[in-house]
Amino acid sequence: MSEPTHTLTAPDLAAPDPAAVKAEMLKIYPAKTAKKRAKQIILNDPETPPEIGANSRTIPGIITQRGCTYAGCRGVVLGPIYDILQITHGPVGCGFYAWLSRRNLVRPPAGSTNYLQYCMNTDMQEDQIVFGGEKKLTQAIREAYAIFKPKAIAILATCPVGLIGDDIHTVAKLMKAELGINVMAFSCEGYKGVSQSAGHHIANNGVFKNIIGLDDKPDEAEFNMNILGEYNIGGDAWEIDTLLRKCGIHVTSTLSGDVSYDQVKKSHTVMLNGVMCHRSINYIAEMMEKKFGIPWIKVNFIGAEATAKTLRKIAKFFDSKKLTDRVEEVIAQEMIALRPVRAEIKARHQGKKAALFVGGSRAHHYQDLFRDIGMEIVSAGYEFAHRDDYEGRKVLPTIKVDADSRNIEELHVEADPARFKPTKTPEQMEALKAGGFSFKDYEGMMVEMKKSTLVIDDITHHEMEKLIEIYKPDIIGSGIKDKFVIEKMGVPCKQLHSYDYSGPYAAFAGAVNFYREVDRMLTTKVWKYITPPWEKAPLASVELVHASKLGGAKKNGEAKAWRKAAAGGEEA
Amino acid sequence: MRKIAIYGKGGIGKSTTTQNTVAGLAEMGHKVMVVGCDPKADSTRLLLGGLSQRSVLDTLREEGEDVELADIRNGGFCNTLCVESGGPEPGVGCAGRGIITSINMLEQLGAYDASENLNYVFYDVLGDVVCGGFAMPIRDGKAEEIYIVCSGEMMAMYAANNICKGILKFATNGKVRLGGLICNSRKVDNERQMIEQFAKLLGTQMIHFVPRDNDVQRAEINRKTVIEWNPKCGQADEYRALAKAIDQNTNFVIPRPLPMPELEKLLMEFGLYN
Repeated sequence: MSEPTHTLTAPDLAAPDPAAVKAEMLKIYPAKTAKKRAKQIILNDPETPPEIGANSRTIPGIITQRGCTYAGCRGVVLGPIYDILQITHGPVGCGFYAWLSRRNLVRPPAGSTNYLQYCMNTDMQEDQIVFGGEKKLTQAIREAYAIFKPKAIAILATCPVGLIGDDIHTVAKLMKAELGINVMAFSCEGYKGVSQSAGHHIANNGVFKNIIGLDDKPDEAEFNMNILGEYNIGGDAWEIDTLLRKCGIHVTSTLSGDVSYDQVKKSHTVMLNGVMCHRSINYIAEMMEKKFGIPWIKVNFIGAEATAKTLRKIAKFFDSKKLTDRVEEVIAQEMIALRPVRAEIKARHQGKKAALFVGGSRAHHYQDLFRDIGMEIVSAGYEFAHRDDYEGRKVLPTIKVDADSRNIEELHVEADPARFKPTKTPEQMEALKAGGFSFKDYEGMMVEMKKSTLVIDDITHHEMEKLIEIYKPDIIGSGIKDKFVIEKMGVPCKQLHSYDYSGPYAAFAGAVNFYREVDRMLTTKVWKYITPPWEKAPLASVELVHASKLGGAKKNGEAKAWRKAAAGGEEA
Repeated sequence: MRKIAIYGKGGIGKSTTTQNTVAGLAEMGHKVMVVGCDPKADSTRLLLGGLSQRSVLDTLREEGEDVELADIRNGGFCNTLCVESGGPEPGVGCAGRGIITSINMLEQLGAYDASENLNYVFYDVLGDVVCGGFAMPIRDGKAEEIYIVCSGEMMAMYAANNICKGILKFATNGKVRLGGLICNSRKVDNERQMIEQFAKLLGTQMIHFVPRDNDVQRAEINRKTVIEWNPKCGQADEYRALAKAIDQNTNFVIPRPLPMPELEKLLMEFGLYN
C-alpha cells in the first residue's frame, strides 16, 4: 500500500521559500483577486510587523471559513449567557443554527434556569415578509414569557428583518414596559459587515448598554476579576476558573461562557478585566474602562508557559505578596504534573510542523500550545480578525475605517459620574508601567511568529491546498468548513472552534489534554491506511484531447475522450 | 393573449387610463383581465364600481393555502375580470415581495390558462420600477408589452425615461418590448410635439394623446369609467381611440433611454426653460 502522495508544484525543499509559496498561491488568480489576496498573504517580520489586509470583504468563490453577523452576535457573544431567553426573529433555518452548535458548555447552579438547549424562533414566513413581522414577534415574546417567565429576553434579527424594516427596537421597548422584564433587541442582520466580527461588536454594544451595570453589588472577594472573550468551549472557562480559585482570585463574570444574566449585570464591579479573545470582546473591555475605570489586560490561558505568564501578570497587577506567592506555588504544583507528560510528548514530536487558521484569537493562542511540545508553526492566519489582532493595538489609529465598518455603531461612552472608580490611581498605574507592566496591551500574533513565516488572512481553499502540498504540515488547526478537505489530503485536522468532541484545552490541565490529543492525532497511522477507492480501482480514466483531433480520436473502451465541444480550438 | 403592463410616474393617471382603455377594449368584445399591482388596491375601482374587492394577499392571509380563483377575481364592467394584488400598510413589510407572491398565486390558480379565453391581461403597476418586486410583471415574460403613461411635465418624463432603463434590462434577456407612450395631457406648452419627439428619441411612438377633460373626474366620482358613465361624450371616444390604437399596434421596440443631458436638451428646445 502506498503512502498518499501530493503533487508538488514547488521544489520539495526542507524549508520552502515563503515568497515563492506566496507567488505560487497567487499564480492562478485573476489580476484583481491576486492583488487583493497579495495584501492578505504576508511574510512575517516580528520586529516590525508589515501591514496585512484584514477585515475586508471576502472574494466570492474562494470558499471562506467565515460566518455571518447574526452568527457572531447570537452564536458567539450572546448565546452562552444561559438564562437570557433568546429569540431569533427570522426564518426557521437561522433559528436552527443557533441551537447548541458551539459546544459552549454550562452547568447552572441548582434552581437556576438554562435556555441553552432551547431554540426559540419566530418562524417568519412569506406572510410576515410581505406584511411585516412585528406582530408575530410580539406574540412570540408574550408566549415565551407566559411559558418560561425569563429574567430577560433578547431579540436577534436575521437578514429579512433588516430588509423589510421590522422595528425590533420599538417592539423590545413596548414589551419591556408590558412585561416588566429586560427585553433587548440586536440588529445583527447577517449581511452587515464582512464577517461574524461585526456581530461580536453589535453584541458587545447591546450587552454593555442593556445589562452591564444593572447590579452594583460586588461579589465578596479580595481579588476580583472578569474573564472576557472566553466561551467555555469544551469546558475551558471551568479550567481557568478552577486555576484562578486555587490562586485566590474570584471570577465574577466570564463573557461569555457558563455565565448567567445576573453575573453579567454586576460585571462592572470587578477590579480587573482579563481579555482572552481580543477580537470579539475588546469593545466591552474598552467601554468598561471608560465608564467604570476598570483597567484591562490581555491574558492567555492556552499553553502552559502562556498560562504561567498570565498568572504572574495578574498577580503583579494586584500587587500583593500573598497572591504572588500563592500564584508561584500553584504554578509549581501544576508544572510538576504537567512536565513529564509534556517531556514525553515533546520527545516524539519535536520539530514537527503545524499550521493554524482559525478565529480571531485561537490562531495566535494555540501557537503557544504547539511551542510547548517543540512544534513549529509554518503558517497561521485568522478567519475574521482585524489588523490590530495581527500587528498589535499600536496600529489602531492607522486602521482605515471603510464603509463596511462604519455600518456598525460605535457607542459613545463617558465616565459614569457616580460609579467611575478606578481600581488603581494614576500614580499606581504609572508605577506599574514603569516596572514593565502594560495595559490594553495586545501586541498581536505577528510579533510572536518567526521571521518570514506566512501569515494568511481569511485563507482560501486553494491557498490551503497549496500550503499542504508545499509545507506538508503534520497537523492543522482549523474549522469545520475546511476540516474534511484537509483530512482528505491526509493531514490530521483539529477543529478549534468546537474542539471536535474533546477539550478542555485551557490552563495547565487543559494543556495536558491538548498535548495528549496532538500526540494521538500524530501517532495514529490511520491516514496511511486510507486509500481512496478511485486510487485502488479506477472506474474510468480521462484523457484530454485537442478539439481538432476529436474526429480521429480512437474509440478506446477504457480511455474516453472528454469532449469539450464548447472549448472550440482551446488547447485541451 | 396579449400581456400588457402600464407603468408611469406616481399620480400620472395610470389606473384611470388603464381602466378606461380596458373599458374600450371590452366594449370592442375583447375578454380582458386587469391585475392591480399596487398595495393600495385601487386599480380596479372604476371597473368594479367601488373598492369592494378582497386582494390576493389578504385572501391568502385569511384563507391560508386554500384559495380559489373565484375568491380573488371579480367580474367588472363589460365582462372584464378584476384582481387586486394588495399589500401591506404603508411603512411595513415588503410590497414588492407581495406582488411576486400574488402573481405566482394567480399563475398557480390558472388565471392565465387557455381555458380562460383571455384576449388581454393588463398589469397596473405602482410608480417607478423601484425594486425587484415591481419589476415582476416585466420579468419572466409575464407582461410582453409596456405602455408608459406620461405628460409633458419634466418629472413625468424623467420617470418614463427611468422606466425605459428597466425595460431595456429585461428586454435584452426576454420578450418584453415597449409599445409606446400614452400622453395623459397636463396642458403643458407644446406637450403633444414634445412627447412625440421624446417617443421618437426613445425609439418608440406616442400611441395616443389623451386630452385633459373634467369628464374623467366626473366619471371617477361616480365610480365608473368614462365609457360606462357617458358613452357618448368626447372623452369616451378618446379612450376608444386609445384602445383601438393598442389593439392594432405592431410597433414593439427595445427602448433607448436618453442620457440626462439629452433629456434636458429636449425640455429646453420645447421652451420649458424659457
